[in-house]
Amino acid sequence: MIELIDIHKTFRVDKREVEALKGVTIRVRKGEIYGVIGFSGAGKSTLLRMINLLEKPTSGKVIVSGQDLLELNEKQLRGARKKIGIIFQHFNLLSSYNIFDNVAEILRMNKVSKQEIKRKVDELLKLVGLEDKAEAYPSQLSGGQKQRVGIARALAMDPEILLCDEATSALDPQTTESILDLLLDINEKLGLTIVLITHEMHVIQKICDQVAVMENGQVIEQGSVLDIFSVPKHNTTKNFMRTIFNDEMPEEMVNKIKKVNSYTTRLRVTFRGDAAMDSVIGNISSKFAVDTNILYGSITSIKGTALGILIIQLSGERDIVEEAISYIKGAVYHVEVQAQKEGKQEVLNT
Amino acid sequence: MTERLLELTPLFTLSIYETLMMVVISLVIATLIGIPLGILLVITRPNHLAPNRWIFQILNIIINIIRSVPFIILMVAIIPFTEILVGSAIGIEGAVVPLIVYTAPFIARLMETALLEVDQGVIEAYLSMGASRTQIIRRIMIREARPGILLCLTIATIGLIGATAMAGAVGAGGLGDLALRYGYQQWDLPVMMVTVIILIIIVQCIQSLGNWAANKMKKNL
Ligand SMILES: Nc1ncnc2c1ncn2[C@@H]1O[C@H](COP(=O)(O)OP(=O)(O)OP(=O)(O)O)[C@@H](O)[C@H]1O
Ligand SMILES: [Mg+2]
Repeated sequence: MIELIDIHKTFRVDKREVEALKGVTIRVRKGEIYGVIGFSGAGKSTLLRMINLLEKPTSGKVIVSGQDLLELNEKQLRGARKKIGIIFQHFNLLSSYNIFDNVAEILRMNKVSKQEIKRKVDELLKLVGLEDKAEAYPSQLSGGQKQRVGIARALAMDPEILLCDEATSALDPQTTESILDLLLDINEKLGLTIVLITHEMHVIQKICDQVAVMENGQVIEQGSVLDIFSVPKHNTTKNFMRTIFNDEMPEEMVNKIKKVNSYTTRLRVTFRGDAAMDSVIGNISSKFAVDTNILYGSITSIKGTALGILIIQLSGERDIVEEAISYIKGAVYHVEVQAQKEGKQEVLNT
Repeated sequence: MTERLLELTPLFTLSIYETLMMVVISLVIATLIGIPLGILLVITRPNHLAPNRWIFQILNIIINIIRSVPFIILMVAIIPFTEILVGSAIGIEGAVVPLIVYTAPFIARLMETALLEVDQGVIEAYLSMGASRTQIIRRIMIREARPGILLCLTIATIGLIGATAMAGAVGAGGLGDLALRYGYQQWDLPVMMVTVIILIIIVQCIQSLGNWAANKMKKNL
């Protein structure tokens, strides 16, 4: 559906050069919700603006719905853009038009008939739950309602793709939830492909299928949300993950581990689906002569698949502990040894 | 004194008529020139709809030059141009040409300010939806800037009234001419006072009308 291939973008500001994108490649399949996450200045907006060519790449290819956008002339490009809706952090509504006209204006520009406009706009306002606000002006709406108008407007031309530039960053948590639910809803109902950028991991967790993590103009990690959440590799990704699973060990905890006398390991165990967590833990205690200590546990759902993170500490005879670890490895999705300690020695790797 | 003023009533009526004629004609033509120039000044900026450094700079310089010449000097300086254009440098036709040359750049500047108020994000939104530049200028920028444009035209009109009074100096007729002939040259204080009062009333009316209309438009914003 969307392919950005080896995109480079350099901005020239007063003879100074800013490399905003350094060879980014992403592929978005039809009907999927693709999230891009990164800190401020990572290049997310610049990347998003490549998809409708609001920003031209310095080099690279932009292919949307099988069309190489860089080969289109101005008129063809305008045609292609009509099939790409977009919503913004600050909504960008027309303050002098009422809600009906805000949604209708783009249809009027495209010479759609009056009755058809009326039908279409009413239907869209109903879809976003604002059918009673048609006569209101943007200044009379709340942020969440304004974003709903933005969504209705973006859908007016029946796009195949919807781009969201931090669409929920200006909203409170509850309103964010409702907007995300609406996006999920239209993704399912209309089969719309959605690309969204955000700096909130929570947004990715809630609605995305795929995720790309950006830093300094590069994608440092990408894959399915479930995979990335199960085993984040890059440090930045891990930091983002902590906003959801805060599995950082408190200082006292770490000190306590140091006091244990026997061979001790600390494991980060990832469960997926319904691999029964309790039975695995239960089995360890009954099958192996080791002390099991649960330090942290959390479970969440990612698009219907349960994902559990557990941090446990095993101590006992070295061989038996190792045996227990391989047993766990066989039963769960992923095990990472976070730290281990040999008898009275200090922690080897933390 | 009242009797004398009553005697002069036809003269006042004629002068008011002449002033309004000059103002209306020059305002219409200056607006027709000034608005497109104002739009050009906005869209040729870097990162706008049609960036063009040359057009932007040249327009800027020309407008600055004209705007820095006082009207009375501008009027005299362009007499040859006025004569070529309308065949005479006196009377209403003679005054209208410098009035337009004086007001059009003023309107262009005011338009520029009003249009720059339009949120860049809104323009970007419609660009991404595939709107053409003309559609964005006509249906988004001008529409969104309407209250500002109205105030800009109000200010331009008041500026014009001031300038027409000076145009009296080249025998253009109108209230300014009246005040000069009776008030200044014959030291007829009552006539001068009445003229000034009429001018004040006209200016007040236009300003109030402009404010009222702009506020009415803004009410929804
Ligand atoms: N038009 C521009 N001219 C010059 N530099 C730009 C331009 N747009 C973006 N940049 C630079 O490119 C880099 C990436 O910007 P971008 O807006 O894509 O970041 P972002 O990830 O969207 O950040 P944020 O979360 O703050 O929106 C920044 O260093 C920015 O200063
Ligand atoms: Mg951004």
